[in-house]
Amino acid sequence: MDTLLNISNLSKSFPGVKANDDISLHVNKGEIVALLGENGAGKSTLVKAVFGLVRPDSGTITIKGESIAYGDTAAAISHGVGMVHQHFQLVPVMTVTENIILGDEPHKGMFLSMKAARQEVIELSKRHGLEVDPDSVVEDLPVGIQQRIEILKALRKDIDLLILDEPTAVLTPQEIDELLEVMRNLAASGVGVLFITHKLREVMAVADRVVVLRNGKLVGATTPSETDEEGLAQMMVGRNVVLQVDKGPAKAGEVVLSVENMTVKDSRGHEAVTNFSLELHAGEILGIAGVEGNGQRELVEAICGMRHRTTGTVKVAGVVAPDMDPRQVHLMGVSHIPEDREKDGLVASYSIADNLILNQFNLKPYATKGIRDFKVRDAYAEKLVEEFDIRTPSFENLASSLSGGNKQKVVVARELTQDLKVVVAAQPTRGVDVGSIEFIHNQLVSARDTGAGVLLVSAELDEILSLSDRIAVMFGGKIVAILPGEGADRQYIGRLMAGLTE
Amino acid sequence: MQRVFGSINIKSWKFLLTAAVLIVWIYCYVANGDVTNSVVASGMRFGMPLALASMVGIMCERSGIVNIGIEGTMLLSGFTGFYVASYTKNIIIGLIIAILTGMLTSFVHALMTIQWQMDQIIAGTIINILASGLTSFLYKEGSTVPNTWPIFDIPILSRIPFIGHAFFSQQGPIQYFGLILIPAIWVLIYKTRWGLRTRSVGENPGSADTAGISVIKVRMINVVLGGAIGGLVGGFICLELVGSFSKEFTAGAGFTALALMIFGRWNPMGAFAAAILFGLAQALSTQLQIFGVNNIPNQFITLLPYVFTILVLVFSAGKVRPPAAEGKVYKKEEA
Ligand SMILES: Nc1ncnc2c1ncn2[C@@H]1O[C@H](COP(=O)(O)OP(=O)(O)O)[C@@H](O)[C@H]1O
Ligand SMILES: [Mg+2]
Repeated sequence: MDTLLNISNLSKSFPGVKANDDISLHVNKGEIVALLGENGAGKSTLVKAVFGLVRPDSGTITIKGESIAYGDTAAAISHGVGMVHQHFQLVPVMTVTENIILGDEPHKGMFLSMKAARQEVIELSKRHGLEVDPDSVVEDLPVGIQQRIEILKALRKDIDLLILDEPTAVLTPQEIDELLEVMRNLAASGVGVLFITHKLREVMAVADRVVVLRNGKLVGATTPSETDEEGLAQMMVGRNVVLQVDKGPAKAGEVVLSVENMTVKDSRGHEAVTNFSLELHAGEILGIAGVEGNGQRELVEAICGMRHRTTGTVKVAGVVAPDMDPRQVHLMGVSHIPEDREKDGLVASYSIADNLILNQFNLKPYATKGIRDFKVRDAYAEKLVEEFDIRTPSFENLASSLSGGNKQKVVVARELTQDLKVVVAAQPTRGVDVGSIEFIHNQLVSARDTGAGVLLVSAELDEILSLSDRIAVMFGGKIVAILPGEGADRQYIGRLMAGLTE
Repeated sequence: MQRVFGSINIKSWKFLLTAAVLIVWIYCYVANGDVTNSVVASGMRFGMPLALASMVGIMCERSGIVNIGIEGTMLLSGFTGFYVASYTKNIIIGLIIAILTGMLTSFVHALMTIQWQMDQIIAGTIINILASGLTSFLYKEGSTVPNTWPIFDIPILSRIPFIGHAFFSQQGPIQYFGLILIPAIWVLIYKTRWGLRTRSVGENPGSADTAGISVIKVRMINVVLGGAIGGLVGGFICLELVGSFSKEFTAGAGFTALALMIFGRWNPMGAFAAAILFGLAQALSTQLQIFGVNNIPNQFITLLPYVFTILVLVFSAGKVRPPAAEGKVYKKEEA
C-alpha cells in the first residue's frame, strides 16, 4: 500500500484545551478515510496542522514521506494536498474565477491572463461535473454553490490527497449525493480522501475506514461493514445515543402564530416570499422543508422582525406583531434560533454569561435601575451551562472560544429558557455534532410539550421528518403542500422540494 | 442619503457627474479660454500631490492595513529630503533620501501593525506625532536648496487642443510623473497577480493564506511601497512646489488624501478624479480671491474646497465599502 499521509503522535494544545492528544493516523492511495468526532473533538485542528495552518506542539506529519513544516501551506499544496475548509475561504467580492485561481494564477509576466483562467475554470467544472458560472461574484451565490467553488479550488491542482472538512454541512441531499460521487471517482483514480463529517449516513455510504476522535484523542478505528450508525454514534460521544427522536403525539391548541398574505423581498430586492400564509398552533412542531434559498431565510427574518414586510401581517396569539422591531417581537413571546449563529445569534467578543442574557440584560433581575447585577447573571449562567451541557472551562470565557455545537447550545439555552409562545428555529442543528443534535431536538420537543408552537425551518430532511407534527414544503417563496408528519413519504417530499408536482 | 438616491443607479450618477463637469468646463473654456486653462492647470498642480498621497492609502488599505500616518510620512520625508538637498546642494540626492525616509517610516508602521500587531490607528498616530515633534525640534531657519525642479511643457501633448494646455503644459515633474504612476497603480491592483493577491489579503486574509499566499509578506511590501510614494510626495512638495521646508508644511494633506481615497472607492483612478476635483475647487477659490468677489469674505472662499470635500463624502458615504479585512490583525491560528 502507498501511504500518502502519515501523522504520528501529533499533539496540540490551545490555552485551556488539548485539541489533539498523541494522534496517529494514515491515509493510503485510493482510499476514503472518514474522520468522525463531535464538535470540538479536534478534527479541524488536526487537518489544519497537515496543511501547515496550525503549529503542532509535538509529533510529525509526512506527505509521501516528506515532512511538512508549520507555516508552509505552499509546500503542502505543492506536495499534492488539496483542502476544503470548514469555514469557507472565499473572497466574497471577487468572482468565481478569481477565487479559484488565487495563489497560482495563470499569467503572462506579471499580468494575469483572465481569459486562460476563465477557460481553465470552465474545463475544471466540466471535468468534475460541478457546474459554476465563472463570472459570478461569490457573495451573490447561495452557500451550496460557494461550497462547490471550494471543492473546485481544492481539485484544481493534480492532487494526491484531498481533505474535506465538513463539506456537506450546507448542502442539499442532491448536492451531497453529487459530492459523494465526486469522492468515489477521485478515490477510484488513486486519490486519497480524508473526509470529516458528522453525518453517519454519509460515512456508511462512502468510507473505506472510519477513525473516531473524542476530546482530542483517537478513540477508535473501524470500517462501515463492521458497525452501524448507532455504533458510530456511540464511539463518537462515548455513550449510547438515541438517533430517533422520542416524542409523544402533539396536543395542538389555539393558533399562536399566524402569517397572512405576507410578501418579503430579499437583500437584492427580489421577491423571496410571495403572498405567504401560515398558521402555527400551540403545542405542535410545524416543519418547513425546502431546498435552501426558496425564501426560508426571508420568511424567518420577517416573522422575527428582522426584515421588512412589503405586505401582509404577522400575529402572535392574535396580536399584530410590529414590522422591523425584533426586540418588541421577542417581548411578545417569540424566540428565535437564527440560521447564522455567528452573525445573528451571539456576540463573539462577549462572555458566555453575557450571551446567555443578551435579550434581557437590562431587565429585572439582571439589572435594577440601569445597574447590572452580576451575581444574578452568574448564578443564572452557571445553571444554564450545567443544564444545557455547554462545554467550557468557565462561563466567563468569550463566546468565540466555543466550538460550533456549544455556541449553538448557548443560543438554544438563551432562547428556550423564557416564557414563550412561539419558537422559530432556523437550521437549529447545522454543523452540530450528534450528541448536541439529540440534545437540541429534545429541547425543541419539550418546548412543544410545555405549550409553545415551534416553527422548524431546516434544509435537513431527516430532521424535518423526525421532529415535525406537520410538514409544510416550501418552494419558490410559497408553500406548495402541507402534510401530516406521521408517515410522511421521503421521496414524495423530495420531489415537492425540487418543484415537481406529481 | 442612500434611501433618497437609492433608485438612481451608481453608473448613471457617475455619468451625470462627468457630463456636468464637462459641460461646465466647455462653457468656461468658450467664455474665457485663458482663465479656464489656468484654473484647470492649477487644479492639476494642487490636486496631483494629494492624488499621489491617496495612492499611499490605497496601497496600504488594499492589503488590509490602515495608514493614517501618511501625514507624518510626508512631513519626515520632506524634512530629510530638503535638508539633505540643502547640504549636498543636490536635489536629486535629496529626493532619493526623501523616498528612502518614506519607505523607512512606513516600514516602522508595518513593523508595529503587522509584526507586533498593534492597533493600526494608534500606530499611525504615533508616526504623525513623532514626525511633527521631530521636524519642529530639528528645524533650522535659513537653509536653502540650490534650485527647484523646473516647470516645463511636454513637447507634443501640450499642443493638443482643449486638454493640452490644461494638463500637459506648465507643470512640474511630479504632475507628469503622477499621470503615469496613477494608471500604473491601477493596472497593478486590477490586472496583475500581485494586485489580485493584495486585494485578497485585504478582503479575506484567511483565504489568501490557505491559497499559499504569505499575508505578512504581501502586507509588508505594499505598506513599504506606499511609503516610497509618500516619501516622493513629501520630497517633491518641499523641493518643487515650495522650494523650502516650513514647519507642518503638509497642513493636513495626508488626511485629505485619505478622504479622497474613500471618495474614490479605494480605486486609484477614482481617487485621482476626486483629487483633481478638489484641486479645481481650490484653484477656483484662489481665482475668486484674485478677482476679488467683494461681498463674500475671503475666509469663506478658502473654505470652498473643504466644504466641497465634506459634501462629496456625505453624498457618497452610504455606498462606500472598504476592504473587508482592513484594520484587523491577522492571526494565523484563527484561520
Ligand atoms: N485558535 C484557537 N484558539 C483556541 N482554541 C481553539 C482554537 N482552535 C480550536 N480551538 C479549540 O480546540 C478544540 C478543537 O477544535 P476543532 O479542531 O475546531 O474541533 P472540531 O473541528 O472537531 O469541531 C476546541 O475545544 C476548540 O475550542
Ligand atoms: Mg471543525
